[in-house]
Amino acid sequence: MSLLEIKDLHARVDGNEILKGVNLALDSGEVHSIMGPNGSGKSTLAQVLARRETYEITAGQVLFAGKDLLALKPEEAACEGLFLAFQYPVEIPGISNAYFLRSAVNAIRKYRGEDEVDAIDFLPKLRERLKLLDMDEKLLNRSVNEAFSGGEKKRNEILQMAVLEPRLAILDETDSGLDIDALKVVAQGVNAMRSPDRAILVVTHYQRLLDYIVPDYVHVLVDGRIVRSGGPELALQLEEQGYAALESAAASSGSAA
Amino acid sequence: MSSNTDAIRELAQQDYKWGFVTPIDEDRAPKGLNEEIIRLISAKKSEPDFMLEWRLQAYRHWETLAKSDGEPKWANIHYPPIDYQAISYYSAPKKRPTLKSLDELDPEILRTYEKLGIPLAEQKLLAGVAVDAVFDSVSVATTFQEKLAEAGVIFCSFSEAIQTHPDLVRKYLGSVVPYTDNFFATLNSAVFSDGSFVYVPKGVRCPLELSTYFRINAAETGQFERTLIIADQGAYVSYLEGCTAPIRDQNQLHAAVVELIALDDAQIKYSTVQNWYPGDKNGKGGIYNFVTKRGACRGRNSKISWTQVETGSAITWKYPSCILQGEHSVGEFYSVALTNHYQQADTGTKMLHIGRNTRSTIVSKGISAGHGQNTYRGQVAIMKGATGARNYTQCDSLLIGDQCGAHTFPYIEVKNSTARMEHEASTSKIGEDQLFYLRQRGLKAEDAVSMIVNGFCKRVFRELPMEFAVEAQKLLSVSLEGSVG
Ligand SMILES: Nc1ncnc2c1ncn2[C@@H]1O[C@H](COP(=O)(O)OP(=O)(O)OP(=O)(O)O)[C@@H](O)[C@H]1O
Ligand SMILES: [Mg+2]
Repeated sequence: MSLLEIKDLHARVDGNEILKGVNLALDSGEVHSIMGPNGSGKSTLAQVLARRETYEITAGQVLFAGKDLLALKPEEAACEGLFLAFQYPVEIPGISNAYFLRSAVNAIRKYRGEDEVDAIDFLPKLRERLKLLDMDEKLLNRSVNEAFSGGEKKRNEILQMAVLEPRLAILDETDSGLDIDALKVVAQGVNAMRSPDRAILVVTHYQRLLDYIVPDYVHVLVDGRIVRSGGPELALQLEEQGYAALESAAASSGSAA
Repeated sequence: MSSNTDAIRELAQQDYKWGFVTPIDEDRAPKGLNEEIIRLISAKKSEPDFMLEWRLQAYRHWETLAKSDGEPKWANIHYPPIDYQAISYYSAPKKRPTLKSLDELDPEILRTYEKLGIPLAEQKLLAGVAVDAVFDSVSVATTFQEKLAEAGVIFCSFSEAIQTHPDLVRKYLGSVVPYTDNFFATLNSAVFSDGSFVYVPKGVRCPLELSTYFRINAAETGQFERTLIIADQGAYVSYLEGCTAPIRDQNQLHAAVVELIALDDAQIKYSTVQNWYPGDKNGKGGIYNFVTKRGACRGRNSKISWTQVETGSAITWKYPSCILQGEHSVGEFYSVALTNHYQQADTGTKMLHIGRNTRSTIVSKGISAGHGQNTYRGQVAIMKGATGARNYTQCDSLLIGDQCGAHTFPYIEVKNSTARMEHEASTSKIGEDQLFYLRQRGLKAEDAVSMIVNGFCKRVFRELPMEFAVEAQKLLSVSLEGSVG
């Protein structure tokens, strides 16, 4: 059984249908990449999976580790092991990064019936993960994402992933806004998280990231549907040819349906 | 529809946990207000003549106010007329404890304070906190008095101070808030029954945190306490008050007066965690909290700092203020005011700069949820002689849901051109994006709301003594329950 199985998923927001029948399956241990033009619905898919309530599901089914994902609240999905690295991370003034991370860890532990960790036991692990991402310890005492640079925000998302150790991590354009050195560090962090019991779904526009995080599969989302799937070579092909060819393919398949 | 909304709603629906009534024999005055009642209160307390005289003057002044303009009308609050003749102005537990020993205290009252989480037995006290407990109209227990006496600090109930230190009371009572100050302060001056008294002598740093817990128990009574704190030259004291009341359908009046006096180089830190019964979720019942709090920085380099966390009461009308008379004196006001359901708060401060190089800081955080209405009203006045005065004001509002309101009325009056004023203000809404972000990390919706609100209030919580900061955070979470909507 797949870790994540999406069947004919349709979703809308404010009356506009954005996802128009997405099918996708991910197994533990795999890294998949989703590419596609602006506005094709990549972030929508990521947020629907993370159970954001502003999106209305009109049809389809999603199984996550055998559970009906669409019946879960966002926090339940999170506690079941689904993590979303946001394209636009949100600021929480007045709450330190360290406190926030520990609260998240403890919320998840509580959900699973495990004991909470205290600040003293938590810190060593946190420090180790910071190192992995080459992040300044000072960021722990700063308010969550407040006045972080674009790159720091993205790194902070990966730090959270590394600390929360999800079963499925969805990274929504984590590479955008990163300089080339930061990109390498972040990719290294993600690669360190690759494991047989974890799947990673990387949303990106750029082949560059996939040079560092080499995916097992690449999917192309156009106008709310996955129009092509293939191996890492598909990303290279897109880099050369653009989406135009695929978009016309999507249009014709759309009219045929 | 969305569960963010539901969670906020659930959060706001949470019950008031301090709403029980203590069954106890009380000694209470008949309802109504007249000279006889004033004489009765004064006689019950065996007060010296000067006190009775002062009360009567206040009462007569109040009568003229009641006949003319009545209550102040400028605040952004709405309530049906208060019938001052339907209130009993004195209620006391019948078994008057001797202050010698807590064992003689009515066990029901002890149990009440235990339920409230305020241990009165000294051995169980939080290290370093002395407590004065005021139950309805009288102080029932003051702990750690001996230890404080060793340092020369006087910390006792107001009634006791009138007996044991009449000169100090006479010298300072009404010197910051005169009985003519305003309708409610005038009423308080006439009928106040008890409260706390603190005197910290020259050069003494008070060795304990001082704390008073006010509890309204009896029905159809008002609570009118009076607190007077004097920090003599170079003295330091930190004082905290907490308040709770039972759940009752009827509104109850609470009109307190607090006066602080800081002499040269003295410092007073006054913190309040106000959690009077706020009324139910439909706005029925709750305490009307009309309070006058003012501090006088009389001496050079003196400092008065007000920190308040106001989560309770149906109506809060309260402006802890500083008169900055001494050169280089400092006034501070840090406030969190939360209104949920149908609560109304009109609160803020006044900083009156008289002396040279006086400084003031105002940080106000208003949170409105449900149908709550939250008003910040602040005045900063720089007088002619206040050369080099500085003020910094930061005034932020946070809205939860879309049926509540936030309002700000900052008044600034500058009569000396060297003054430097800074003002920052913001209004924000708890965003769906913030909630989703926190929930995606595993936090429940109501915990996500609490976290955002606590973050918003951090600047103020930092000013509270450690134990109380934790308490205030919890209180805020509880008060918000049912507000996710
Ligand atoms: N609240 C909304 N109301 C109306 N349209 C919306 C809303 N949210 C998203 N959309 C639309 O849905 C479409 C898909 O958006 P989405 O963010 O999923 O695209 P994307 O593939 O992630 O694009 P990008 O590569 O630019 O990040 C866009 O056309 C967007 O304008
Ligand atoms: Mg996107």
